[in-house]
Amino acid sequence: MTTKLVVGLDGHASGERALDFAVTQARLIGECDLVVAYVIEWSPFSFHSAEENAQRHKRREEEISTVMTRVIDPAVKKLQALGLTVTGKVRHGDVADTLNAIAKEQKAAQIIVARSSEGGFSSRIFGSSTFNLVKGADVPVTVVQ
Amino acid sequence: MTKTMIAALAAAMLTAVPAAAQEGSTLDARVNEIFADVTGPFVSFIFAPLYGTDFPWIVMWLVIAATVFTLYFGFVQFRYFGHSIRLVKGDFSDPDDAGEVSHFQALATALSGTVGLGNIAGVAVAVGIGGPGATFWMILAGLLGMASKFTECTLGVKYRNEYEDGTVSGGPMYYLSKGFRELGVPGGGFLAVLFSIFCILGALGGGNMFQANQAHAQISGIVGDYPGWITGLVFASVVFLVIVGGIKSIARVTEKIVPFMGILYVGAALIILIVEYDKIGWAFGQIFAGAFSGLGVAGGLVGALIQGFKRAAFSNEAGVGSAAIAHSAVRTKEPITEGFVSLLEPLIDTVVICTMTALVITISGQLIMDPQTGRFVLDEAGAAIATIDGNTGVALTSAAFAEGISWFPYVLAVAVVLFAFSTMISWSYYGLKAWTYLFGEGKTKELVFKLIFCAFVVVGAAANLGPVIDFSDAAIFAMAVVNIFGLYFLMKVVRAELRSYGRRLRSGEIAAYTD
Repeated sequence: MTTKLVVGLDGHASGERALDFAVTQARLIGECDLVVAYVIEWSPFSFHSAEENAQRHKRREEEISTVMTRVIDPAVKKLQALGLTVTGKVRHGDVADTLNAIAKEQKAAQIIVARSSEGGFSSRIFGSSTFNLVKGADVPVTVVQ
Repeated sequence: MTKTMIAALAAAMLTAVPAAAQEGSTLDARVNEIFADVTGPFVSFIFAPLYGTDFPWIVMWLVIAATVFTLYFGFVQFRYFGHSIRLVKGDFSDPDDAGEVSHFQALATALSGTVGLGNIAGVAVAVGIGGPGATFWMILAGLLGMASKFTECTLGVKYRNEYEDGTVSGGPMYYLSKGFRELGVPGGGFLAVLFSIFCILGALGGGNMFQANQAHAQISGIVGDYPGWITGLVFASVVFLVIVGGIKSIARVTEKIVPFMGILYVGAALIILIVEYDKIGWAFGQIFAGAFSGLGVAGGLVGALIQGFKRAAFSNEAGVGSAAIAHSAVRTKEPITEGFVSLLEPLIDTVVICTMTALVITISGQLIMDPQTGRFVLDEAGAAIATIDGNTGVALTSAAFAEGISWFPYVLAVAVVLFAFSTMISWSYYGLKAWTYLFGEGKTKELVFKLIFCAFVVVGAAANLGPVIDFSDAAIFAMAVVNIFGLYFLMKVVRAELRSYGRRLRSGEIAAYTD
């Protein structure tokens, strides 16, 4: 049976470290597919002006397209060049919840993320996405330094 | 470059202020006089009494419509109340649609356009003229208005325009034209144009001048009297920066602060009511007694009823059609779900927040009552209840809150300014949508409307409350005349949607994504 690993990317060097670690793991496992995922932070309970709402669908499409072009497609190509089977996903939502949802939906054995580069006030109060993922995930999580 | 020019223009406008301040009061008086003369005939027509009575036909028009929709949809506001809450929570939202406008966001946006001065100043006007009894009619109007809101917002989503670039435009002008065409009923295009004209006037009136006027009243109440046009100019500059300059950060900050201000306002009212809990029973007694006897207010029972219904409609805008513009941005496969969500708006706005304001004013003792007779004492003009310091509008609410929390007027001043600003931004969008419906999309056309909108901010701040509030009411209610007329034709479309949705919900075909 093929093992699936979900790799969370963030468009930064830390995401690249997670990706490299996932490649090593996939090779060790042998029969292993990778799912590279990028979650655009979004909450259905945030506040917007009427004009922003009217343009929201357009903006969403643009956000997905930008992430696909800049983060997901290069990662997929890089892994495919290494002979791995890989799919890319871009979703909106809470980073920890959405990565966990993707892992459950894909029946993944593990989620691999890099230590978050987030900081500031909100992460001190509410915890970083990485911390929240480790705390609430339904599958094992590996956090790469 | 553009932003630098805008900032320079705004700075120039502000530096001109002190030099011209001396002529302030004269200019205010002139603006007020011209404004009252120009708008007088329109206001008189909208508030004309029913033949042989003192009852304005427009108030009857709104009440009858809300009652008809309530009966026609079988008390939808109560039957689907729980379902509406679940929709707002996102229980029925497809996870694949994450990133689109959620039901909560559409509701919050629409609320930020309605919760504001109507709840603070409008209620004070209602209770000041119609007595505490006006609150009873306000609550009733709020409960019935939920059905009007449900009808218009369902249609707003169903008949909106979705453009190739992914943006949307919706509202009464679209459902009147497209809906009538679909039903084969003539005149939809004409109604859409008429609605758009009134919507532009409503945006300039209630959505702009009334806000500027009351924001100025609140600020001058704290820092001392000064010419209104100065406040107008400052407000106009900030609105200009947002809607013309595209400085979204100001709007974004406001959109985030306003909900917290709303919570703070309700929280303060709750604290006062908890501290004065022994007077709540008495206050409700006044509300019920006043609703049916008038308790000596101007116009008696009918005066209380008219004020209650008028201010409720002005506050929650049910039947006016503005919310249909705000709610139409939600991407949903079922337009009726947005109708369910929108019916919570009059509940939050009128039944909860307006009632709290009315209770605080009643309990505060600001309204002067004759202890011998238990009836209210009228002011010198005999048009409103006399208040301790002669306060009306937002100043009355402020004084009432100060009875419980002495420093609250300062918080209220900030809240009023922010509410006024956020309502202006919302209405600038509603007005713009009506404008582009009439004149077509295009940067120059949009700029013309935006500049007119900014100019009216100054007029609104400079004019007296009387003419401004009359014109604001008249313009908003004129929208309701056209909108409700159209809703009568289109309500069968909504009933078909309601029956289909209800059937699929019961059969389990429509199911929640979360338990």
